[in-house]
Amino acid sequence: MALSETGTARPIGVGGDALSRWFSDHAPTLLLGLLLVLLPAATTDFVLDQIVGWTLVLGMIALSLMFLAGYGGMVSLVQMTVAGLAGYSITVLGASSLPSISLFWPWWVAAPLAILIAVAFGTLAGALSARTEGIYTIMITLALASAFFYLTLQNWSIFNGFNGFTSIPAPIFLGVNWKSALPLYYLILFCAGLSYTAVLYVSRAPFGIALQGTRDNPRRMEAIGFNVTAHRIAAYAFAAVIAAIGGILLVWLNNQISPGTAGIQATIDLLVIAVVGGLGHPIGAFIGAFIYVLLRTFALDALVAVGLDGRRFQTIIGLGFLIIVLFSPDGVIGLWRRWLARAATSRRGTSR
Amino acid sequence: MATALGDESTAGGGTPRGDALSRWINHRPLAALLLAIIVIFCLWLILAPWPQAFEEWFGRKRLFINALFNGITLGGLYFLVAAGFTLIFGLMRNVNLAHGSLYLFGGYMGYEAGVWSNSWLLSYIVAFICCALVGAAMQILIFRRMEGQDLRQTLVTLGLSIVFADLMVWVWGGNAIQIDTPDYLTGPVPTPIIVALKPSGDAIFLQYPRVRLVIFAAAVLIGIGMWLALHRTRIGVMIRAGVDDRDMLSVLGYRVQLLFALVFAFGAGLAGMAGIVGGTFQSISLGEDSHFLLASLVVVIVGGMGSIPGAALGALIIGLSEQFGLVYFQNYATVATFVIMVVVLALRPQGLLGRR
Repeated sequence: MALSETGTARPIGVGGDALSRWFSDHAPTLLLGLLLVLLPAATTDFVLDQIVGWTLVLGMIALSLMFLAGYGGMVSLVQMTVAGLAGYSITVLGASSLPSISLFWPWWVAAPLAILIAVAFGTLAGALSARTEGIYTIMITLALASAFFYLTLQNWSIFNGFNGFTSIPAPIFLGVNWKSALPLYYLILFCAGLSYTAVLYVSRAPFGIALQGTRDNPRRMEAIGFNVTAHRIAAYAFAAVIAAIGGILLVWLNNQISPGTAGIQATIDLLVIAVVGGLGHPIGAFIGAFIYVLLRTFALDALVAVGLDGRRFQTIIGLGFLIIVLFSPDGVIGLWRRWLARAATSRRGTSR
Repeated sequence: MATALGDESTAGGGTPRGDALSRWINHRPLAALLLAIIVIFCLWLILAPWPQAFEEWFGRKRLFINALFNGITLGGLYFLVAAGFTLIFGLMRNVNLAHGSLYLFGGYMGYEAGVWSNSWLLSYIVAFICCALVGAAMQILIFRRMEGQDLRQTLVTLGLSIVFADLMVWVWGGNAIQIDTPDYLTGPVPTPIIVALKPSGDAIFLQYPRVRLVIFAAAVLIGIGMWLALHRTRIGVMIRAGVDDRDMLSVLGYRVQLLFALVFAFGAGLAGMAGIVGGTFQSISLGEDSHFLLASLVVVIVGGMGSIPGAALGALIIGLSEQFGLVYFQNYATVATFVIMVVVLALRPQGLLGRR
């Protein structure tokens, strides 16, 4: 149990006692939460859906990757596939514009079943890759993700091949039409906040501490008596739940799903989001998603405005990713922490 | 292939090959019998004309033989790509996710060189040198600075692959490019394999594109050459020692960094040459980079990571499964490949010929 005590003190650059650390950690989060709740009063539906909604949904899926990579040391590229499978499941079980495939079950049957299917897949993928070590995970999960991509591309009887599905409505329940922008935004915000809190909680619960132990030294954890493989697979299952919910919200937000939704490009983009944001803290996933969504929405115009070819968007993404990986391996979060630490030391220097 | 099996059987006790085989037969008579029956059945499938009833049930023999030949030659191409990938991974623990980009880059450079010089063979040399230079530059400028950080290196290769892919679209556009086969290699070659019988009783023999056979032979030669270089030369010994324990190798005073750069350059160059082969077999276009990156990933996972014979075996299996999948279950052709990978992972996580 000594382990759990040292484990809870997460390595943050700023020193100080527990209370001030709690505040420095949580005051921004609480402020941000309040801002997001009040946001609809100040902005248009476009910002709400296309910017903030997408940020939160992609952030949730990236959060599941961040949980596995940051706390478990497993860079799983299969998370976008889990989300995609959940999205496809809810389309096939629920409603879409294709009555020949969709079963039109009510949402309270379809949504839990979709999550269940996706979590089963995510856990299975985890079981396959958790048996091998470290760097192999990235290869195996990338291969699994592309297997799913090609399956959706080639299969017409369930996944409707290249075309995918369109006109997938969000359900209507509790007298609210969740299709419209405002309720959907709050639904997404609620789910994102819940998964963010869940990840924070789990990271400090005994399971999360043990998981971080298996990341730092699997051999020693095995020797103490922890079942390393079981911890890893359980982590995959937990991450898959978040990714699956994110996938369903993605379909409701986007109103369509096609092989590209969980394609190889999307898989890699998700990794870029998580790494750019930073794997050290759950908020990194959302920061990365925000940067990505901003770039995706405005980069084309911005590039053209400064006289460059707007189609070179991917080069910008790739170069930005390279710069982050080369110069700040812990992402934007790391930059922020280093800046805080530098500010703290300089303040201490002047007061002395 | 022969090297792959040879490696496995001699690994046991260092006894001569024939001796090991007879001992294995004595040990497992049933398995040996089963294996013999399977081999004889496969030989019959390939060599004999099929009876009418069998063709009705299984499909035309022409289809089967074509899938077999296409699968084997495609396996040769996959081997060329995956051999460099597995060598780089085995020695440097670097999962080079930009390997597919190197393949595509080699294909484009080879195409340009071919258009410019009108020589197919010269284009190989140009592609090899260009990709080798890029590979060496990657190793010397970037990966040397982050040695031992496997994950960071992999992320860097991923970022590079995104940038490379976009830059190549910029230069060469999104259209598919086909590399012309030189005149002396065009046309079919008659083979002694019977595809069907004419009503008169005369046999129809298989005609197969000459260029595919030549390229496959070249891939086999390169494979054997690599095996010989790894097992018979001083630098090969250094590479094998580095795969086993690179820290110890550098402690012993060998110039590991030079070795790393050489191996990276060689692997990248092979991928570049494979790009021309791919452009001749099929075509090179946007998206082929991730296709071949995935192919080499799967080949290496199935065959065993860091093992050259494993890459050969894996490439053969994946090439065959893709082509047979195309003929016998179109809807799931690519998925069949991945099913093989999952089965191998579940039963033998280190790959068929991999070591723990």
